Amino acid sequence: MTVLVPLSPGNGAELRRAADAAWDVVVVGGGNAALVAAMSARRLVGRVLLLERAPRHMRGGNTRHTRNIRCAHDTSDAFTPGTYPCDELLADLRSVGRPVNATLAELAVSESQTVPAWMEDHGVRWQPALRGTLGLSRTNRFFLGGGTALINTYYRTADAMGVSTVCGATVTDIELDGRDARAVIVEGEAGQIRIQTGAVVIASGGFEANIAWLKRYWGDAADNYVIRGTPYNDGLIFAKMLERGAGSAGDAKGFHAIAVDARSPKFDGGIATRLDSVPFSIVVNRNAQRFADEGQEVWPKRYASWGRLIAEQPDQIAYSIYDIQAARLFMPSLYPPFTASSIAELAERVGLDPGALETTVTRYNQHVCQSVPFDAATKDGRGTTDLSPAKSNWALQIQEAPFFALPLRPGITFTYLGLAVNTHAQVLDAAGQPFGNVYAAGEVMSGNILSSGYLAGFGLTIGHVFGRIAGREAAFHASS
Amino acid sequence: MHLPDLLDPALIEEAQRQLTICNSCRYCEGYCAVFPSLELRTIVEPKDAVHLANLCHDCRACFYACMYAAPHEFAVNIPEALSAIRVETYREYGWPAVASRLFGHGPRGVAVGSLIGIIGIIGLIFAFGEPHRMLARQTGPGSFYVFLPYAAMVTTFLLASGFVVAVMFGSFVGYWRDTHGRLADLIDRRALGAAIGDAFSLKYLRGGGEGCYYPTDTASHRRRLMHSLVVYGFLCDTVATISAAIMQDFLDQMPPYPLLSVPVVLGSIGGIAMIIGSTDLLRLKSRSDTRPAFAKMISKDYGFLVSLALVSITGMLVLMTRETAALGPVLAIHLGTVAAFFVAMPYGKFVHFLYRYGALVQNRLEEDHYARSLEPAKEA
Repeated sequence: MTVLVPLSPGNGAELRRAADAAWDVVVVGGGNAALVAAMSARRLVGRVLLLERAPRHMRGGNTRHTRNIRCAHDTSDAFTPGTYPCDELLADLRSVGRPVNATLAELAVSESQTVPAWMEDHGVRWQPALRGTLGLSRTNRFFLGGGTALINTYYRTADAMGVSTVCGATVTDIELDGRDARAVIVEGEAGQIRIQTGAVVIASGGFEANIAWLKRYWGDAADNYVIRGTPYNDGLIFAKMLERGAGSAGDAKGFHAIAVDARSPKFDGGIATRLDSVPFSIVVNRNAQRFADEGQEVWPKRYASWGRLIAEQPDQIAYSIYDIQAARLFMPSLYPPFTASSIAELAERVGLDPGALETTVTRYNQHVCQSVPFDAATKDGRGTTDLSPAKSNWALQIQEAPFFALPLRPGITFTYLGLAVNTHAQVLDAAGQPFGNVYAAGEVMSGNILSSGYLAGFGLTIGHVFGRIAGREAAFHASS
Repeated sequence: MHLPDLLDPALIEEAQRQLTICNSCRYCEGYCAVFPSLELRTIVEPKDAVHLANLCHDCRACFYACMYAAPHEFAVNIPEALSAIRVETYREYGWPAVASRLFGHGPRGVAVGSLIGIIGIIGLIFAFGEPHRMLARQTGPGSFYVFLPYAAMVTTFLLASGFVVAVMFGSFVGYWRDTHGRLADLIDRRALGAAIGDAFSLKYLRGGGEGCYYPTDTASHRRRLMHSLVVYGFLCDTVATISAAIMQDFLDQMPPYPLLSVPVVLGSIGGIAMIIGSTDLLRLKSRSDTRPAFAKMISKDYGFLVSLALVSITGMLVLMTRETAALGPVLAIHLGTVAAFFVAMPYGKFVHFLYRYGALVQNRLEEDHYARSLEPAKEA
């Protein structure tokens, strides 16, 4: 088995060599689901090719930014203390949004139980408890080093297993003969290349990095979104499959977003740009007006709601305003906050109307219920009275200079819309009939399961469960 | 706090910038002590950057696991940034500053130093010894001292080691005052024991369990093993030297000692361990990825490793040639390389163990403090 060592940039020779062979399975994508599918296929067939669009240093899609995986388990162990039965995971999944396809959701949940052992078998190491049980969670396993380390491990393991991989290879089309894929078309430095294959697994992620696509639903507002993950998730092959009659699953307009620093990179800022200040501050829009209850939720749910809330504000921008007292209560931001000795001066710094911000802050300060003691560690019930919108917890008066402002924008994590699949991970057409040998795994099909909301670490679970199924089924198909 | 004035502010600021990103991410906290220690801080002050820099064992796991490594615009490269501050630490706390500049450098410095050392030893031989017997075969008790009298040899090396120990003690105290403060905390029994364990097991060269990502992006325990060979070899040789001194000065047995004596057996084991360890570390270094490394540190590493290899190889040659006519020149070369090693000790890479040990004690003290801070919360 030749291993095609990714040379980036310039993969022409590897792609031409790839074009000379007839592959059993070609996997489109290079993140977690793609790697799992490729390794699972390679257990059954000899010639497996993984085509990753990103250059080597960016390989791995959004998996690069992940941290843990959520799997059901009936026994406690050193990495996930306590039990997490399937029923509970399913209930958690339903609580964030009704799954589009209950059968697939149940399949993901029940299959999740065998995922951690599979990961260990493929080289993944878990993060031990740091201090006592600190850093451990009952529901989520933390892999050592995070997603980029996971990706490195999987590429190394895939390589050792004899999976061929090429980075910097953009699959632009899938050549279909009726309902059967015959080849994939790759465009690279070598021009257009046709790679023949017995089956195709699409594991190329969502389309959240495709601003033009987002604009179809959100208009120019999409220009102001920050994309937290890889810039390569533009849904190219997903769109192509929709053109070829594939059915879709999930809400087209759906995306998961959190509040990130407005100064974040447009793409790929990942975890580090999220902000912790919201519950201990007030958040105002471009007009210096509050628009939502900053003290409603505790971590991690508060991350999930603010992306959408800010996306709905004019110019999709907001400012978290706080004073020196509150500044000590949360992790400092990646970028330093704007600071000033008065509210009016602070407003000028960030381009807000000074009078309007002063009025908003004064009004808020007057309505803080000071009789309830403040407690950062719990939902303290120290809110505002007769203020709209209310702040229901952690309401501190903003009175002690210096004053601070952090600019916020919606940071899109992923989109929900995906390819409709069945329990064999086969892609379905609009009428619900499967394509013969086209499979999908990971974010590109997670809309079948996650219709809205967010369940931390479950994206990777879907990627593993359906990556295994897709890889196995594709290999069966290719060898039969 | 005089730290910011002493250390290069640009290097400190760069480390602060990167560590702020790390503190917002925290994915690497399972790899070593640096990230959990960072998490105990919300703001990284210059002294924290120095502490974290010396706590870092350069296992490089975090570099390869980082999605923010260059070409990402965040350009996070913790091994490099912290390595740069370590170089500054070694330079800053070495005294006198002029010696720190002269001897703190790479292999060329070691070569020049060794040459000067050899010339110095030959000078001593001409001044106090019997240079005409240099090329003749010497045997029997006291044969080592035929060329260079014991008094001249021992006075030179006692003075040198006294100076070296005094400078390193001063360096360490200065470092501890700046990064921690109370000297008494150094002898906190629990922290002391735990830190010694961390140091001698090279716990943080385990890279979270799989080993260092060295020389390139695949984890391996080889570097930790080789480093251990050098450390334990060096300790063996130190004990061998002390045992030889005892045999000579208290038991009145003049060297050379028989092959099956304590000094020769320990010295040989230590010497062979050091030769294997230092040459393999050199080989690994020559193949290592330079991206997560700081150029000045690479140079220091080479200098130190070359020096260790020279001392151990020439030491074994002394044993092998001790009954031949080559002994005189070989002994002069060996003593010259030892002299160069000694002079560079307080200024080169050798001192890394001092500051790293200080950082390990500090780390254990903080861990204990943190654990205690949780206790009342549990009861409530």
